[in-house]
Amino acid sequence: MSTAASPAATGSVQPSRSRSAARRRSLDRFGDGLLRVVCAAAALTAVGILVLSAYQIFDHAGPAISKFGLGFLFSTEWLPNFGVFGAGVMLYGTLVSSFFALLLGAPIAIAIGLYLSLLAPKGIRGVISPMVEMLAAIPSVILGFWGILLLAPFVQKHVEPFLHNTLGFIPLFGPPQTTGASIFTASLVLTIMIIPIVASISRDLFLAVPRDVQDGASALGATRWEVVRGIVLPTTSSGVIAASLLGLGRALGEAIAVAQMIGAGEKINTSLFETGDTLAARIANQFPGAITGMHKASLYYCAAILLVIGLASNLCAQWIGRRFDYRRMVAR
Amino acid sequence: MTLESTNAHESPFDPAAPLTPTGNLRRRRAISRVAESGATLAAALAVGVLGIVVYGVLVHGAGALSLDFFFEGAPNGIGPALVGTAEIVTMATLLAVPLGVLVAVYLVEFGGGRIATPVRLALDVMNGYPSIIVGVFIFILIVEATASQSAIAASVALAIIMLSIVARGTEEVLRLVPDSMREASDALGVSRWRSILTVILPSAVGGIATATILAVARAAGETAPLILLTSNNPGIEVSLNPFEAVPNVPGTIYRLSEEANPEGFARAWGAGFVLLALIMAANVGARVLLNRSRRKMAG
Repeated sequence: MSTAASPAATGSVQPSRSRSAARRRSLDRFGDGLLRVVCAAAALTAVGILVLSAYQIFDHAGPAISKFGLGFLFSTEWLPNFGVFGAGVMLYGTLVSSFFALLLGAPIAIAIGLYLSLLAPKGIRGVISPMVEMLAAIPSVILGFWGILLLAPFVQKHVEPFLHNTLGFIPLFGPPQTTGASIFTASLVLTIMIIPIVASISRDLFLAVPRDVQDGASALGATRWEVVRGIVLPTTSSGVIAASLLGLGRALGEAIAVAQMIGAGEKINTSLFETGDTLAARIANQFPGAITGMHKASLYYCAAILLVIGLASNLCAQWIGRRFDYRRMVAR
Repeated sequence: MTLESTNAHESPFDPAAPLTPTGNLRRRRAISRVAESGATLAAALAVGVLGIVVYGVLVHGAGALSLDFFFEGAPNGIGPALVGTAEIVTMATLLAVPLGVLVAVYLVEFGGGRIATPVRLALDVMNGYPSIIVGVFIFILIVEATASQSAIAASVALAIIMLSIVARGTEEVLRLVPDSMREASDALGVSRWRSILTVILPSAVGGIATATILAVARAAGETAPLILLTSNNPGIEVSLNPFEAVPNVPGTIYRLSEEANPEGFARAWGAGFVLLALIMAANVGARVLLNRSRRKMAG
């Protein structure tokens, strides 16, 4: 700092000082420019990684795309030995397991968000909030391992028979299978992964709803639930939808835990209790062992589909989150 | 206001009667109470699930632990895998932290540029990027080009996953640096780059450290890219060569979980226990650090 307290007054009198000041000024100009360029380059690197990854994956999927075309999405035959590939089974498994996880997880997560933001006493909130976030920190490989060894047998013995007996008239809840590996158990683990994401975002959304509006409703005689139903949820609905889409994106792209639990099935079963497969899990399972070029290219094609679906849900979330920002509706 | 209703049925209007909830209000109150207990239950469920998972890993993993387990190779322990994970994550951190901090500095200190919007969007998208896609991308970029799996490939993939965490965390804390500090620095005639490097970044260092720890915790448990990029090393001996595949903890757990072998399961539980303990410790540490630096910033 002391060096900067220089010229103005004395600079013009002492030429040597002014020369060093000039050198300093040019150094500063150079430094400013350099730092700006370096930072901008780093920022562009982030964009570049995304663009390059999408380009490379589509490029490498090229042979499979040109051979199978869009029929790849619907064909359910995946026979590496015969060079026949279709992603129908995986696409179905990906969508069903993720949507089921979202259907189960989003209401629970939103309820947790409500509890943490509106109901919990401050001390308890300070304990439970980090615990919910901790749930997101459990590595998926551990969650999957726990799922296949502890959760799946329990679900297969107790939950699946119960669901089959009570809701068996819906074809989704068919008879339980011998192993616990199924779309259903995979979805349960995905639910565990979605909940902390959606819960912590919706908690922050609910906390941002202006307090005076809620108090006004209470003063008019609304019960706590009516305040939530009439004020908190409507003002944050777009944000909650965006949060759910982010959770969905997480579920769609999860490879490891699903690969461990879903059982790598080869056909589409209506029952959730049968095995299936997802795009990400198939890549994780078969990529290291894929030998033929077309097998690899088909896996790249799967990755490309996953990329498009994941990107779509993510961008939708961004768009909804920004387009319908609750801050614009509630004057603050 | 007393809520007991002794006689809430329709009686002729009596202004002196005590205020009691009529049938409708009682219904509304009941609904509200059901909703409240539902929300409480949901929170309890989440905590319960965390407890059950941690308990399961703890109970099954603790039995596998011994001194040998930490130091020996594949059939008995996970020593080489621990070393490998440390190596990969360290290299990834060295790549991701400088890059992430620079991105954040660009967004906060040089923001307003035309590329700020795409950069911010890219960070948001990257945050939700499936890690298996990152793995496939780096496989194309490095493993195919060099025709071999390598620790470097794995760390580049982990660095991409860490980048958005570091950049967003740093951005957040840079925005907390009071403008008065920037103005004071400007008023003293300090040039932009000097004040960023000597004033703004040092005051944000606590937040940057927090973001780094969180990113490390995330990267340490990441499995999907590793099974594509550094999986063909059984982990019998310690290997540090960054140009070859090195054994690693998440990959070991995954491989053991796919083999139906009870002894392997025991080892996987042990490895899972170690990994989970490290990650949870890192998360708690990050939280403590964050609270401390927040308090410092505030007062």
